[in-house]
Amino acid sequence: MNFDLTEERQMLQDTLRRFLRDRYDTATRNTILDSDSGMSADIWAQLAELGVIGALFTEEQGGFGGKGFDLAVVFEELGRAGVVEPVLDSAVLAGGLLADLGNEAQQAHVETLIGGGLHMAFAHGEPSSRYDLNRVQTTAKTDGDAIVLNGHKAVVANAEAADYLVVSARESGAVDDEAGISLFLVPSDAKGLTIQGYALLAGGRAAEVMLDNVQLTAADRLGEAGSAFAAIEARMAAASVAQCAETLGAMETATELTRDYLGTRKQFGRPIGTFQALAHRFSDLLIEMEQARSAVINAAGHLEEDRKLREINVSSTKNLMGRAGRLVAEESIQMHGGIAMTQEYELAHIAKRITMADHRFGDTDHHLERFIALVAA
Amino acid sequence: MDLRYSDEDKAFRDEVRSFLKEKLPKEFSDKIRKGQELGRENQERWHAILNEQGWLAPNWPASFGGAEWNAVQRHIFEEEAAAANAPRIVPFGLSMLAPVLQKFGSKEQQDYWLPRILSGEDWWCQGYSEPGAGSDLASLKTTAVLNDAGTHYVVNGQKTWTTLGQHANMIFCLVRTNKDVKQQEGISFLLIDMDTPGVEVRPIILLDGTHEVNEVWFTDVEVPVENLVGEQDKGWTYAKYLLTHERTNIAGVGFSQAGLAAVKRVARAEMAGGKPLAQNPHFAARMAQVEIDLMAMATTNLRIISQAAAGSAPGVEASMLKVKGTIIRQEINDLARRAVGAYAMPFASEAVEGSNAGLPDPHDAGPVAAQYFNYRKLSIFGGSNEIQRGIIAKVKMGGGA
Repeated sequence: MNFDLTEERQMLQDTLRRFLRDRYDTATRNTILDSDSGMSADIWAQLAELGVIGALFTEEQGGFGGKGFDLAVVFEELGRAGVVEPVLDSAVLAGGLLADLGNEAQQAHVETLIGGGLHMAFAHGEPSSRYDLNRVQTTAKTDGDAIVLNGHKAVVANAEAADYLVVSARESGAVDDEAGISLFLVPSDAKGLTIQGYALLAGGRAAEVMLDNVQLTAADRLGEAGSAFAAIEARMAAASVAQCAETLGAMETATELTRDYLGTRKQFGRPIGTFQALAHRFSDLLIEMEQARSAVINAAGHLEEDRKLREINVSSTKNLMGRAGRLVAEESIQMHGGIAMTQEYELAHIAKRITMADHRFGDTDHHLERFIALVAA
Repeated sequence: MDLRYSDEDKAFRDEVRSFLKEKLPKEFSDKIRKGQELGRENQERWHAILNEQGWLAPNWPASFGGAEWNAVQRHIFEEEAAAANAPRIVPFGLSMLAPVLQKFGSKEQQDYWLPRILSGEDWWCQGYSEPGAGSDLASLKTTAVLNDAGTHYVVNGQKTWTTLGQHANMIFCLVRTNKDVKQQEGISFLLIDMDTPGVEVRPIILLDGTHEVNEVWFTDVEVPVENLVGEQDKGWTYAKYLLTHERTNIAGVGFSQAGLAAVKRVARAEMAGGKPLAQNPHFAARMAQVEIDLMAMATTNLRIISQAAAGSAPGVEASMLKVKGTIIRQEINDLARRAVGAYAMPFASEAVEGSNAGLPDPHDAGPVAAQYFNYRKLSIFGGSNEIQRGIIAKVKMGGGA
């Protein structure tokens, strides 16, 4: 048992934290948030240069990390600084699936991605799938040499910026079957692909993606036909580790801001943190922070384990992060008072970020139910 | 980062498991599983079994006859012991007084008292709290005045919440030896023979019908000066040192794991609406939520243990574990009483000392509702959870709280 970071991860953490502290302050981010693309090409290039993207892939995939704790280290820092650049979507989700399933030709894109020269998006969720990974109505029908995709993908993060989309579609089976789902690598300029973009509350952009007779071939398929579910679930586990670590980092910032505010804001002639009503609530936040940190460690530390153990830890962590995150976000705002209601104050973005994380990859209730089913199975 | 036990740790765990399998009497584990107290004789027998194995004093240095386990080994033992329903060792002599004597006691005191703790010759209890000194312990009023000859302290006052004082022959006490200085600077640490004239123990029966704690009254009790630990008026320092040891295993991870396993067992057998209670969505959700909290806290506990193993003392983290650990244990107690439904209601005050064979108990769950009430103490003793929250805020906010 060992809870220390390896030397390499410690270095990555230090470098990334320093870089973001110097280059990613509230004003910088708020300017990015107001921009049309919702991200900074310059920051993206520098993150790639620092090795942030490479750390998310294994050596066999051309990176130098890719394990649960590599994801956790990187994303905790991204969350701490409230980075809105789509590292999760381009690298962990779509890039990860490409690296996991792609053939040699397809995997060539991974190197470009690690170098910062490519954006990707994973188009999986649909208007009626909610958080169920197995519910895919988008169809992929073979027509001679062609494979034709039709369907509607919902809230696809980073779709507009993506050079390629990894799209899930059903080749066989009923709408809820795990079997029969395939993944396809679809260039964003494919004919029949429509992307209707919008900004997200917590930063970045997403889109509704419409597939209207998009013509592909078998060469565009990632992995075997109809057998992508296990890979999707495993990638979602990795993405959940990344997202929970990111949320933990954001929660650290919220707690830190609250701590400073309680110590400096004076009312009735003394710092408000000296009032027991607030001191005890702040203590409860700190206690839940330790729970959250441990939950992220559990998820990251079991990411390479067999499916059941991995997923039990993913769901327990997502459930706990949903609850702890809500507490930290709401209590931080409450204890700050009016100032936290303003857009330009750092906590505003951070609180939205923490809260919105529970709307992706399954919320706290979804994962409680899933945990019960997994433990009983 | 690596969440797995090392091969060495695993070998140790196997050793602990086979020891418990061979040496833990079934009648003891049955009693513990059913929530019954062991009673004095059995408690002493378990003490002797562990002593024979050399595992009685895991936290003592080997030079004093301890096992000198590291923090991870101690955790493994606690976890396995709880899972096997092994009795808890009475901690007052072994893990509270002994570390104080080892650090602050004289050579004579160490040579005399420590072997007697191991052999079980002395049963120690703790004389800290008083009717007027609970969370504000430093306001204690029991006095000790040195006689003119300088041979004895004369002790007057009252201690309360003295756990298992009815079995004890010795009590370590915080007493006031100086009223003219700051509260914390006038306290001394005395070892008092309970058979001394003027010591009187009166039972306090708790709301679950148990005789677990007592009042201890002192009227002109003469205590030889050799029984002063360390220096006069420096007792608060020793008391605080002792409290850091009281806080080891404060998270109670093993107890919560065993408790949750018991709840699950009952919930699978108890029927509700024609289905096992474990499949009731509301009950299942509550069980799952506390299990998830416990999984995280177990890791927090290990993180703190591994820091302690690396040499840094647990500080404010211990307060965090106390609060979260007791919230989790009390939630499990609540689930346990709910799981048995109407059979939570029967009550036998004597359940603790002997058997509750007379009571209907279809799930063999024991007096879960009585335990629920007994365990309200968890968030009160050892520094109430409100005191802990105050400590956490104060430490983490620096000057701001």
